Amino acid sequence: MSETTVQSIAKGYRQQFTKRILLLVSLGVATLISFCIDIAVGPSTLRYGDVIEAILSPDSVELATRVIVWEVRMPYSIMALLVGAALSIAGCEMQTIMNNAMASPFTLGVSAAASFGAALAIIMGLSVPGIGGEWMVIVNAFIFAFGATLLLQALSSMRGAGPEGLVLFGIALVFTFNAFTGIMQYIASAEALQQFIFWSLGSLTKANWDNIRLLAVIFALVVPFSLASAWKLTALRLGEDSARSFGVQVSRLRFLSLLRVSILTAGSVAFVGTIGFIGLVGPHIAKLLIGEDHRFSLPASILSGALIMSLASVASKAVVGGAIIPVGIVTSLIGVPVFILLIFNKRKR
Amino acid sequence: MIVTSATLHIDKLVAGYPGKPVLEALTLPPFQTGEVTVLTGPNAAGKSTLLRAMAGLLRATGSIQFDNRELLSMNARTRAGLLSFMPQTVPTDINLSVIEAVISALKASPMDATSSGNEWAQRRAFAILERVGIGHLALEPLHQLSGGQRQMASLARTVVRDPKILLLDEPTSALDLKHQVKVMKLARSFAADGRVVIIVLHDLNLALRWADRAVVMDKGKIASFGTPADAITPDVIARVYGVKVRVDNCSGGLPHLVVEDEV
Repeated sequence: MSETTVQSIAKGYRQQFTKRILLLVSLGVATLISFCIDIAVGPSTLRYGDVIEAILSPDSVELATRVIVWEVRMPYSIMALLVGAALSIAGCEMQTIMNNAMASPFTLGVSAAASFGAALAIIMGLSVPGIGGEWMVIVNAFIFAFGATLLLQALSSMRGAGPEGLVLFGIALVFTFNAFTGIMQYIASAEALQQFIFWSLGSLTKANWDNIRLLAVIFALVVPFSLASAWKLTALRLGEDSARSFGVQVSRLRFLSLLRVSILTAGSVAFVGTIGFIGLVGPHIAKLLIGEDHRFSLPASILSGALIMSLASVASKAVVGGAIIPVGIVTSLIGVPVFILLIFNKRKR
Repeated sequence: MIVTSATLHIDKLVAGYPGKPVLEALTLPPFQTGEVTVLTGPNAAGKSTLLRAMAGLLRATGSIQFDNRELLSMNARTRAGLLSFMPQTVPTDINLSVIEAVISALKASPMDATSSGNEWAQRRAFAILERVGIGHLALEPLHQLSGGQRQMASLARTVVRDPKILLLDEPTSALDLKHQVKVMKLARSFAADGRVVIIVLHDLNLALRWADRAVVMDKGKIASFGTPADAITPDVIARVYGVKVRVDNCSGGLPHLVVEDEV
């Protein structure tokens, strides 16, 4: 084999690698900028200089600015980043594991299942024995989310189910769990109902530092395992038979991946309610930019999800002056056209 | 590469699908390293089932021994170090470059102790692309390749882990004539390195031209085996496929099948 050809391939490969790193960095920078804008925008708009100063050295700005930045807006903005990142990487893993471009926690009913679990805790006070207080919501959300992913997995591994079948089954799950949640609402006491509706809107206004800390810990514990599976996930994109032939224990990879998806979805849903389509749009933007080498597409999904969610948070404050519309509404408005586009793209193939 | 001779024995293999056994106690003549064996037969003869059972993709009982090691009781990772399977079809919508896909095949699970590092993986991937003849496609995304190019990329991924046993499931089915010849020549050169190469093939003339040995299967059993010219005869074909063929010896001295009619 000729040494020059090898050298030219190696050079091209290095350039490709560098380009992808640069794309990741750019996504990161864009996310940071959006984060600052998100903090600056609100009922009393702050100057960007003040925002940056307040973030970097809180003691050097006026008390009012410091309070607005750190106590009022920062929790929302960080929560937006965390939830966007968590749902987006969950969506990225789901799409690979289920071999389906339309898979995401929201479109396949995992979020709806988690919501129902949360409703059980909030309205009925039902959970696993030994779990109490605030933990009930997140534990319930997880149990139902995991149950839903296992159901989906069982279906997608059935012969003849096909990608369309999986999406239809996911939609059936959405309706089913929404109906269950409806029953919960119907039988709820007025007080519990009010609490539940406030919770279910898909809004960042529930964010506080305690929630953030918990979700950040969950994220930090789960994501390294995703990243460590990057090669295996990439190999799985080449087909299950091939991946197994390369020594990947596919059923084990699937199970652990769905476990991660469930934990991340449950964590997000428990703290901000159902946020639609981030888990669909985030990974698609990431893969469009950076390809499907999961060493890059997983972190890119994290960043693009955080970025979209942060921008959606800005939009939720900027569209109606003085009012904050629930961010879930904004993400759905962005997500639905993308979802439809994906369906048409599938048709064309 | 040090070429050591080893043998693959398949004995009393039982495999199939729930409620539908395909192979019942199938015993095959031993496969030698250095040889290309073509596995042929009509549709539903059990060729793919046999290949998939060997690759550990189907539950099977009986015995598959290579170099005195039992494959059926190996875990997935150990087996992957010894054997590799090229599926008949691969997904077409993958946004990975050819080289990324080959490297991911290498890095998907750890190989032996001597293999390590990204540098090593890259060099090895570059080399295999060169050998398969698609070095110029290294940076192309898979979803933009032609069917033939995609198949060559799949072949590169299958062989990059340096398996001792190479199982190819209809590798030429979607290929034009030139690519068919390329695949068969590569299969021969991979065998010459000291591998067992087993190819499921429908094209009997390709088998006659390129294989060292042929196994004709029918309804989960062996109909004939031996050198291609011995195994693929008008009698066998009439019995197994139900068609009448004539064997011509072309000017190069190679037998060539001409299908004349149904039996």
